[in-house]
Amino acid sequence: MNLSIKPFKIRQHSVIPGFGITMGLSLLYITLLVLIPVLMVFISSSSIGLTKFWDIASSDRVLASLKVSFGTSFLAAAINAVFGLLLAWVLERYTFPGKRIIDGLIDLPFALPTAVAGISLTTLYAQNGWIGKLFAPLGIRISYTPLGITVALIFISFPFVVRTVQPVLQSIDSEVEEAAACLGATRFQTFRKIIIPELLPSIITGFALAFARALGEYGSVVFISGNMPLKTEITPLLIRTKLEQYDYAGGTAVAVIMLVISFIMLLIINLFQWWASNRHKSS
Amino acid sequence: MAGSIPVHIKRTKQNQIQKRTAKDKKIVPVFLTAIALIFFVLMLLVPLVSVFVKAFEQGVSVYYAAISDPMALKAIKLTLFTMSIVLPINTAFGLIAAWAVAKFKFIGKNLLITIIDLPFAISPVVAGLIFVLLFSTSHGLLAPLLNAWGIKVIFAPPGIILATLFVTLPFVARELIPLMEAQGTAEEEAALTLGASGFKTFWLITLPNVKWALMYGVMLTAARAAGEFGAVSVVSGHIRGLTNTVPLHVEILYNEYKFSAAFAVASLLALIAVINLIIKNIADWKIRQQA
Repeated sequence: MNLSIKPFKIRQHSVIPGFGITMGLSLLYITLLVLIPVLMVFISSSSIGLTKFWDIASSDRVLASLKVSFGTSFLAAAINAVFGLLLAWVLERYTFPGKRIIDGLIDLPFALPTAVAGISLTTLYAQNGWIGKLFAPLGIRISYTPLGITVALIFISFPFVVRTVQPVLQSIDSEVEEAAACLGATRFQTFRKIIIPELLPSIITGFALAFARALGEYGSVVFISGNMPLKTEITPLLIRTKLEQYDYAGGTAVAVIMLVISFIMLLIINLFQWWASNRHKSS
Repeated sequence: MAGSIPVHIKRTKQNQIQKRTAKDKKIVPVFLTAIALIFFVLMLLVPLVSVFVKAFEQGVSVYYAAISDPMALKAIKLTLFTMSIVLPINTAFGLIAAWAVAKFKFIGKNLLITIIDLPFAISPVVAGLIFVLLFSTSHGLLAPLLNAWGIKVIFAPPGIILATLFVTLPFVARELIPLMEAQGTAEEEAALTLGASGFKTFWLITLPNVKWALMYGVMLTAARAAGEFGAVSVVSGHIRGLTNTVPLHVEILYNEYKFSAAFAVASLLALIAVINLIIKNIADWKIRQQA
């Protein structure tokens, strides 16, 4: 029996100086700016009381807003999973003029302020806008409908799937694909049986990141949604409305729901990222 | 000569594969590229271009009038003031946190990274509400204190700065941590062994190694600080000339149906985004060259 106890150490020894001071300052700043304020939301929500909290959470308007938020975010993330994979594939595997510029512009939604994206998309997809005009004769309205919300969410969460898939696609050995081709697989079979399983963790991670971002989005959606309660009102907007009506308890209760959803999404994303980086280590 | 036959067989097989891939090289890639490009142009390029087109739709004089309007200038001033406080603080935090996380091995590292990421995961509106719940003079937890001292945070610039600090906290750290972890500690250890002080090591070794990632992180922070809408909109109270930032000014103009003016002011923010992307691509290229 081995009785030797490994000395418990919070960190491994290192000759690099400054751990105490940098860690201390980081923790202090994060605690003051993030941890305490976030905790305060939970503390002030506890003063609402469980029955009132449940009344707010199960009210028609809150449930309708959650339905709109989840529905449009899921659709946007799913569309981005498909087109993000397609763009990553095209950018990594094919050559065509302007490729580098397109690759550089993929991150645009991260850099463009959401309000700018919001007014631009709303104008484009309105019935007399450049793109909305094409759909108007078909009887499809985009701006001021859930479809418009989805368009805005596709825009703001677009880069996630492309940027998580690209590096994995780069790292796949071409030898594996060549081997599949030598063994008689068609290109589509190789894609379905070799490439997709390899890319799956990164596609799902990108999807989850896009979905989480879309759920919390406010700036672009507020312009394009039309903000009709029960129809095109997303949850972040409902919080804003409740605050403007000085309904702080209502706003806090809905915010707690959003925060819990954010934490769950963060946990899921971390699990997927861990899966993506560790799945080859055990075998 | 003995090896010549297998080589020959391999070649014909390779030729067959090449022939087959060459055949579907014609249709499938062209088709896929076309779909990807259509999606890209419709979803990303057209919205960006339309900002500038709409901004100049009614001529340069309208554009100039919109951005030189006193209210617009005040909004620009407030945004620049907010950036001048947020950028140094969050850059310093990013460097400090990246040093602590990337250069040492300790328990709870992943938890710390997750907490640094937290502001990304939280909806901007909730971020704004967090500070309203703390600092509102009518409902906030700190209301008695603030009223006694006569300090206004919410519906005033300090609230805008706090909300902006919160939403931009992760950017610099998130750009630096993966790069500094990949670079390891060998160079720093060498410098320290040769007698350099800790700060000198950081200044002469670490900082030059990460300067492009740092620059991109700062640019992202700047773009987000200038463009943050949701969180700032909750804490600002939209007092014209006093607590209106540039994106909030865009919203007001848009809601007043002054579309050309709204797009003119928005084009300033879009310009920052374009500059941002250019710097990001230079940074990516430089980092790849170093590696």
